[in-house]
Amino acid sequence: MPRSTWTCESGPAANAFAMKTLNQILAVTWLNILNLPQRVATSTVAVVGVAAVVLVFAAVLSMAKGFERTMTLAGATDTAIAIRAGSTSELSSGLSSEQVQIIETTPGILRDGGRPLVSAELYVLVDIKKKSNDLDANVPFRGVGDNAFAVRNNTGLVAGRMFEKGKNELIVGRGAQSEFKGLDLGATIKFGRTEWQVVGVFSAGGGVAESEIWTDARVLQNAYRRGNSFQTVRVRLESPESLEALRSTLTDDPRLDVDVYTERDFYASQAEATSNFIRVLGYPITILMSIGAVFGALNSMYSSVSTRGKEIATLRALGFGPGAVLISTIIESTLLAFVGGLIGGAIAFVVFNGFTVSTLSNASFSQVVFDFAVTGDLLVQGIVTALIIGFIGGLLPAIRAARLPVAQALREL
Amino acid sequence: MKYFGLIWSNTWRKKIRTSLTILSVAVAFLLFILLNAVGQAMTAGGAMTGAERLVVIDKITLINFLPISYQNRIAQIDGVDAVTVQSWFGAFYQDPKNQFPQFPVRPDEYFAVYPELVLPEERFEAWKRNRTGAIIGKNLADLFGIRVGDRIPLQSTIFPKKDGSRTWEFDIEGIFDTTDPKGATNFLLFQHDYFAEANQFGDGFAGWFTLKLAEGADPVQVANAIDLMFANSPNETETSTEAAFAASFAEQFGNIALIVTLILGAVFFTLLLVAGNTMSQSVRERISELAVLKTLGFKNGTVLGIVLSESVLIMAIGSLIGLGLGWLAVRGIDATLAAFLPSGVVVSSTALFLALVITVGAGVLAGIFPALKAMRLSIVDALARG
Repeated sequence: MPRSTWTCESGPAANAFAMKTLNQILAVTWLNILNLPQRVATSTVAVVGVAAVVLVFAAVLSMAKGFERTMTLAGATDTAIAIRAGSTSELSSGLSSEQVQIIETTPGILRDGGRPLVSAELYVLVDIKKKSNDLDANVPFRGVGDNAFAVRNNTGLVAGRMFEKGKNELIVGRGAQSEFKGLDLGATIKFGRTEWQVVGVFSAGGGVAESEIWTDARVLQNAYRRGNSFQTVRVRLESPESLEALRSTLTDDPRLDVDVYTERDFYASQAEATSNFIRVLGYPITILMSIGAVFGALNSMYSSVSTRGKEIATLRALGFGPGAVLISTIIESTLLAFVGGLIGGAIAFVVFNGFTVSTLSNASFSQVVFDFAVTGDLLVQGIVTALIIGFIGGLLPAIRAARLPVAQALREL
Repeated sequence: MKYFGLIWSNTWRKKIRTSLTILSVAVAFLLFILLNAVGQAMTAGGAMTGAERLVVIDKITLINFLPISYQNRIAQIDGVDAVTVQSWFGAFYQDPKNQFPQFPVRPDEYFAVYPELVLPEERFEAWKRNRTGAIIGKNLADLFGIRVGDRIPLQSTIFPKKDGSRTWEFDIEGIFDTTDPKGATNFLLFQHDYFAEANQFGDGFAGWFTLKLAEGADPVQVANAIDLMFANSPNETETSTEAAFAASFAEQFGNIALIVTLILGAVFFTLLLVAGNTMSQSVRERISELAVLKTLGFKNGTVLGIVLSESVLIMAIGSLIGLGLGWLAVRGIDATLAAFLPSGVVVSSTALFLALVITVGAGVLAGIFPALKAMRLSIVDALARG
């Protein structure tokens, strides 16, 4: 190839050179793709390696995504939650009935027929066996008042009826019913020495409340000997903007000792510990696996270059530039990795998306039922990882291909 | 062994390819060791699960408190050597992110139940004398740079003091270690008497009891005797071995073992393909050489053995590198993460044994088909082709 082509600087000539190089790249890439079947074993290894990386990445991170989604889904911005100052979870909070009454009469709370939309709640745990492993799990057991549904978004009964006040009856969240034993409609379940009847099933738009079981707060107070105390108060705000006024009124009141959050912020902070933990595990695993996959891709591309040695030399002798050979090799490798990424992503989506599990939330010390969420941005991240692996895996072999001494390679014919 | 020279030079015939394959193997074994160690640390659960100990919790849920009067009644049961009270204090140090376990306990009782803890005698005495004294595990002390004589504030998320404040100050009187290699030292112990007196909810309760079994006592019998004693009382109990308690607690996080196994499955499946492909390429390139070997009188079995050995050798070199790196990484993790995991992170002998089995197994699997192909070569055809 004449050296002068590299030194062209003027407009039209530069354009012509660019066109020529582009055409060469396309031609060589097309050639590479057409004879891929001859290198099927090595190429498959590279593809599978990348697919495994993307599969594991998407699967592990989809747990973090799914957990976060469940925790934040039902969190409303116009519902505020008051818990004892310093408590990081509903479980460790505690409020007296006097404090609850003070909170109920604070301005800024939405009213329904003159009465404030407030729900004072009790939050305890009960051991129920998980269906998956038959071992006891900490299931959240919530005592609620009349407004439990009214202070939450998208929440309502989907089967059966509401519990009757004063009776040992309970309604169960959809998630809790699917994950834990003995919560079928009409069933009787025993906690300690008390028997409870399951009379209804409720949904909460896929949110964290679906992992819970609910009963009348008064009944729960008696059963757990909590006197007349509660743990948290949820209030429906007149608007999200009323939060600040409500917060300052409540936190300034010397009779109270509470923190006030929107429900959304509260759940988001609850989700943090667990989803960060999954991420802390997931990213290093992905990075290590990616390094392994880069070795696989390098291997496959080196052998691709070496089996095509004569072909590359012939092309070069015919006037194809080293740039075209270089870039086409990188394209081939990136393309293989892209296919691997698609396969891995697709498997992750088909197998794991919507897969329901439950885990112990670090923050609330109770079980949260959630679905794996293989989201679009996870898939995009996975594919980008695949492309990076392909690029790195193709780079060194491509440089070798471009530097192949033409005469020597042809002599080996 | 007399063919080692031949195998060795065959292995390095294509240096780049062999090196890359070895590196993939190394990464796989590094992952294996890491996931295994972290998975074990999470599922092994419980700060210490070595000795024969039972845990007594409320039957309904472990967050319910038990009357402290239960302690003396449990101590009277046959087969019980020592009993200690414990409670979950739920405090953090400086920042809510710095959560680690703290337990209010009575020093003598606690050390009777956990004899593997190591604390200099004079530090132990100093702690006993100081009502607001506390001792802290070595891991935590290293992590936060805490020294004996420091006065540290902890913010409890559960227990306000009688004056309403949530800040509890403790004098660090000692730093304890453990003789159990898997045992963790990521927690703080302080005096139950101070806790009972100063917290807003009053005294008379404990989170749970841990007891040490007397020599030769049957854990099931003792557990049943305890649960029977408190049956039909307002606080029924559930007694299990510390190991079972820790395991069921770890299980609550979900099936960690299964997730680890799935990831490793994907890793080793890929690894087999990589190594298998390398071997089959290598055999394909050497067909005429192998034919020459057979012409020279090498037996079929010997040819098979040579190719298989090459495959196992590649696997073994990679595995050694991976295990070495893994060992270093696990030590690093143990130093930084130990405060957040329920038990120490170590490379277990089981994991090493398993790694050995996988090394040989994967080496044979990856090499078997190319080796069979090499063995079945017909000399005439192969030489004609070459």
